[in-house]
Amino acid sequence: MTFITVSDLAKTYTPKGAGPVHALDGLNLSVPQGTITALLGPNGAGKTTAVKILTTLVKPNSGVATIDGIDVVRYPERVRPIIGVSGQYAAVDENLTGLENLDMVGRLYHLGAKASKARATELIELFDLTEAQNRPVKGFSGGMRRRIDLAGALVTKPRVLFLDEPTTGLDPRSRLGMWDIINSLVGEGTTVLLTTQYLEEADQLADSISVIDDGKVIAEGTSDELKASIGGQRLEISLVTASDSAVATEILRRHGTAEPKISDGGREITVKASHAPAALQAVLAELGDAGIELFDAGMRRPTLDDVFLKLTGHQATTEES
Amino acid sequence: MTALHASTSSLGNFFTDGWITTRRNLIKIKRVPDILVFTLLQPIMFVLLFTYVYSGVINIPGTTYTNFIMAGIFAQTVVFGSTYSGSAMAQDLKDGIIDRFRTLPMNGAAVLIGRTNGDLFINAISMAVMMITGFIVGWRIESSFPEAALAVILLLLFAYALSWLMSFLGMSVRSPEVINNVSFLVLFPLTFISNAFVPSDTLPTPLRIFAEYNPVSALVQAARTLFGNVPEGTPVPDVWTQQHPIITVLIGIAIMLVIFVPLSIRKFASISTR
Repeated sequence: MTFITVSDLAKTYTPKGAGPVHALDGLNLSVPQGTITALLGPNGAGKTTAVKILTTLVKPNSGVATIDGIDVVRYPERVRPIIGVSGQYAAVDENLTGLENLDMVGRLYHLGAKASKARATELIELFDLTEAQNRPVKGFSGGMRRRIDLAGALVTKPRVLFLDEPTTGLDPRSRLGMWDIINSLVGEGTTVLLTTQYLEEADQLADSISVIDDGKVIAEGTSDELKASIGGQRLEISLVTASDSAVATEILRRHGTAEPKISDGGREITVKASHAPAALQAVLAELGDAGIELFDAGMRRPTLDDVFLKLTGHQATTEES
Repeated sequence: MTALHASTSSLGNFFTDGWITTRRNLIKIKRVPDILVFTLLQPIMFVLLFTYVYSGVINIPGTTYTNFIMAGIFAQTVVFGSTYSGSAMAQDLKDGIIDRFRTLPMNGAAVLIGRTNGDLFINAISMAVMMITGFIVGWRIESSFPEAALAVILLLLFAYALSWLMSFLGMSVRSPEVINNVSFLVLFPLTFISNAFVPSDTLPTPLRIFAEYNPVSALVQAARTLFGNVPEGTPVPDVWTQQHPIITVLIGIAIMLVIFVPLSIRKFASISTR
């Protein structure tokens, strides 16, 4: 069953002293209940704007967005009780303790003083913040702030959770911790819409990925489908001497699925491969037999840049929206 | 496991939500030393500085400079105290916590209620501290208790109304630094070119005219009159607002509230980071 439906959503900002910015330009999306859907795209693609409209913060210029059949523009007060939101910047009060922050959110959901306190304590334990619960958030690390912020989004066990770049700016260890938490949520039946700039994150978490650029969805599917569409993995070798180039290119051509690309004066050769690990083993063996010396060799997984290059013909830009 | 059902906003939540956001701001006062210094020490410092530095050179016929100056210091302190709402709203917007509040099923006015209540609380503490310090250095209320109480209420209400105006500015300007600088640049002249620290008839003509029509002068005149610190026979400028300071202040409070309470609530319903 479709839980979130977005059709033809458009939003234009007009910043002072600049031309209009089409943050969303006919966005379509449907998120099935109990799944994680990722909106994947570079900064400025419109991910945050989409989340802001769905979470009742911003009104679109045109188009319709519904959550559980409720129009978010017309009935924001009916949407708010069933959603949880955790943003790119931890929206917590620096001067309150972790516990006070969660309790405040619970009270503002009108849980009642006792239930709110109990839920706050429960979440503190769940998010492994017991030791820090009575310290003002000011002294928290980035990862701890994000955890408190995410906990704030879960105070009422919302039916749908919006995560706007939940791991941007986190160190790798905190990122893994965050992924564990998000994965466990879906086990409990929560529908999640998350935005991310990282293909790997979408890959790890999402059942379905919508690639978004310039305010539109330009491709959607599972992670495997998307990867297949951009040609999967690549083999990359780097030669010590360019004179070996012709022989090496011939070997790569036999194990690849497309014409090898040659750069750096013939020293770097790249080829797409369907089953890269096996192809890499074979290539290395043959290069060894031919007595070709390697400077470097390896497999490269598709990156967001590859997806973008393939889908839009331009690099994923990183400029601020 | 308790059932966790969020209930939607209603009028009943207006008070609960308002109290919860007020409590948030009160906790902040306790945790942020700057606010405490601003609230407690600065008023004490001003009372001591003004009474001891100027009392020897400024002669007020019929009363002491200390009696004259207190209403001025009260007015200046509470007017500056009201600016905190502006920078705090801008800061909350920047930090994204306004986004968090706006996605919760809470009353749409609650954050502003909590914010302006926070200022009111700070100003009430400052008033108490200044009055005690004033008594110690020789200030005397030369009227009745109800009149003095009305003076305190007028000062606090005026600042409360100003907090709504500042909240609106904070949400519009969106930069705590700009709000602080602008309020400094506007409020210092506004409080100094008034009758707060010297009788306005001692000022050069252009400044005197400004001071006579200055709303802060009306506030000071109202408080000074109600505290009984205007000696009998003291000439009052022939300006309606100075002749009728109490009614002027009440009208001013009403105008600020009627305009900026709805305007702020409407603004709040559409703001978000960026």
